[in-house]
Amino acid sequence: MKLKPSAIYIIWMTLFTLIPMALVLYFAFTNPMGKFTLDNIINVGRYSSIFLKSIWLGALSTIICLLIGYPLAYMISKVNTKYQNIMVMLIMLPMWMNFLLRTYAWMTILENNGIINNILSSIGIAPLSLINTSGAVVLGMVYNFLPYMILPIYSIIVKIDKKIIEAAQDLGAGKRKVFSKILLPLSIPGIISGITMVFVPAVSTFIISKMLGGGSNILIGDLIEMQFLGNSYNPHLGSAISLVLMILILISIGIMNRFDRSSINEDYMSHH
Amino acid sequence: MSKDSIISLKNITVSFHGQTILKDFNLDIKDGEFVTLLGSSGCGKTTTLRIIGGFVKPDSGEILFAGKNVNNLPAHKREVNTIFQNYALFPHLNVYENIAFGMRLHKKSEDDIKEQVTKMLKVVSLPGFENRNVSSLSGGQQQRVAIARALVNHPKVLLLDEPLGALDLKLRKDMQTELKNIQKQMGITFIFVTHDQEEALSMSDTVVVMDKGSIQQIGSPQSIYNEPENAFVADFIGESNIIDGIMRKDYLVEFAGKEFDCLDSGFDKDEKVDVVIRPEDIEVSPPTSGHISGVVTSVTFKGVHYEIIVDIDGFKWMIQSTESQNPGDTIGLILQPDDIHIMKKSKYSGEFGDYSAFSDEMYEVYKEKKKKNKKRVGGKK
Repeated sequence: MKLKPSAIYIIWMTLFTLIPMALVLYFAFTNPMGKFTLDNIINVGRYSSIFLKSIWLGALSTIICLLIGYPLAYMISKVNTKYQNIMVMLIMLPMWMNFLLRTYAWMTILENNGIINNILSSIGIAPLSLINTSGAVVLGMVYNFLPYMILPIYSIIVKIDKKIIEAAQDLGAGKRKVFSKILLPLSIPGIISGITMVFVPAVSTFIISKMLGGGSNILIGDLIEMQFLGNSYNPHLGSAISLVLMILILISIGIMNRFDRSSINEDYMSHH
Repeated sequence: MSKDSIISLKNITVSFHGQTILKDFNLDIKDGEFVTLLGSSGCGKTTTLRIIGGFVKPDSGEILFAGKNVNNLPAHKREVNTIFQNYALFPHLNVYENIAFGMRLHKKSEDDIKEQVTKMLKVVSLPGFENRNVSSLSGGQQQRVAIARALVNHPKVLLLDEPLGALDLKLRKDMQTELKNIQKQMGITFIFVTHDQEEALSMSDTVVVMDKGSIQQIGSPQSIYNEPENAFVADFIGESNIIDGIMRKDYLVEFAGKEFDCLDSGFDKDEKVDVVIRPEDIEVSPPTSGHISGVVTSVTFKGVHYEIIVDIDGFKWMIQSTESQNPGDTIGLILQPDDIHIMKKSKYSGEFGDYSAFSDEMYEVYKEKKKKNKKRVGGKK
């Protein structure tokens, strides 16, 4: 039997997206006896402070990634094209290293008797408590997700026609005006996808908060993990939390896309 | 520098990556003129424009703007505006905001901006297009928005970098007329860059013919066409037969084995010269009644005329005639004194003017063939 590409797509999506989603929905709306209930969803409300903290830390690291990533992406786009590929590769290089290993490396740097505190004590400064703080979690998020911010912004900026910049200069725009009136508005699509690509994994991470945040920085990801792998085994609550998280992420992406559409004309994006 | 020069380039030299683009380049542009820089790609015409616009810094030399040195003035502070080859409109702004861009930077009032933008849209025949997306416009409309965006700032000089290159033939002709009218109406200096000689001749007050980073000739379209200074100009502007000749005395030149009366004087006795004869000036006659004669090697119908290639002692002449001829026939050519233009020998002598081929590339191929044939003949002897 010959399968059409569309048939392969449908089978794939059914097996790996629709059925798992249906299972999450099923668990979220049933009790251990298999009866329909809204209790799980209602119980999610008890963890609202963890939700808020996750969103806050995720948003904070997204903003930091943007503040670091945009200038970096812009700088790379300005460098001689010969070196641009090498620079992009260097940005991506840590991503090819195991995620766990990267985060573990930060542990050894930030620990109470880790590298930083050793250096500090050798020059006579009192040790700092760096690990197991929300700051360490944000650092871990920024470090791990920064490339996802840089790459989409870079790929949009390099595609901006140099003549458009020259036209703005020609009409009297200095460096600042060129940035605020031309470069920034034209790079919004890259910023939007950068924000999405950093915020979504940051808000749902559990490894980073577990390894760098200690017990006091539980995030949604940790909460979900506990429902499936921990002592408080409860796949029904776990599914409900996942569902609520997914809906929150969908809403935030929806808001982003609306912002995207209103600020840049769609034709330009589809033509380029 | 003459008093009324708005822009003067003095001894400008520019090179990129060790390659010289402009060499000791000098040019004065008069206020209110329509000047065209004409040349093939790589001749330095766009670089000249970018130097004036402030996008390229010369290695040496001076750029004067109404007598003032502007070498170190950045692009955004110069009183010139540019129309770029591919328009370079701002894709995230609509037509109104594109045109208002410069005025907003100069902190003009909203009322003033509105009045000027509306006026400019009328000038470029796009009234009512304020709220259109620039990407929804045709090439010609985008072109006109680019013109309006530049002119609304009332620059002293407008720079145009092959602005009509992307338009189709008919639209290009309309835009030529429109640009010329706008220039007259606004009375500002236009510096126009093109590789299209017809465009240059039909629009300009002054044409600057360039090759390999230096000026070959500056003059009115008529003088450039009728009195080219060297073989490059004669070949680049229109079609030309360029034949080796000897100036026997004033008003008498010898070429193709005959002596001809001509209108040129002031050469040394027996000075070697290049003789230019335009294909449309040559009259065809029966072989016996012509000044010279040759064998027709090819005839091509061109619509307005036939393009006839005639072999006269191994040199291929081009004739444009409304009457066709048969290849292989011998015909005569009649040359009147005012058909003949004499030029001094230059480094371009011998490079152009023989119609064995039209392009340099094919001409090389033919030359090689000729050489081989000669060798074969020589060997037999």
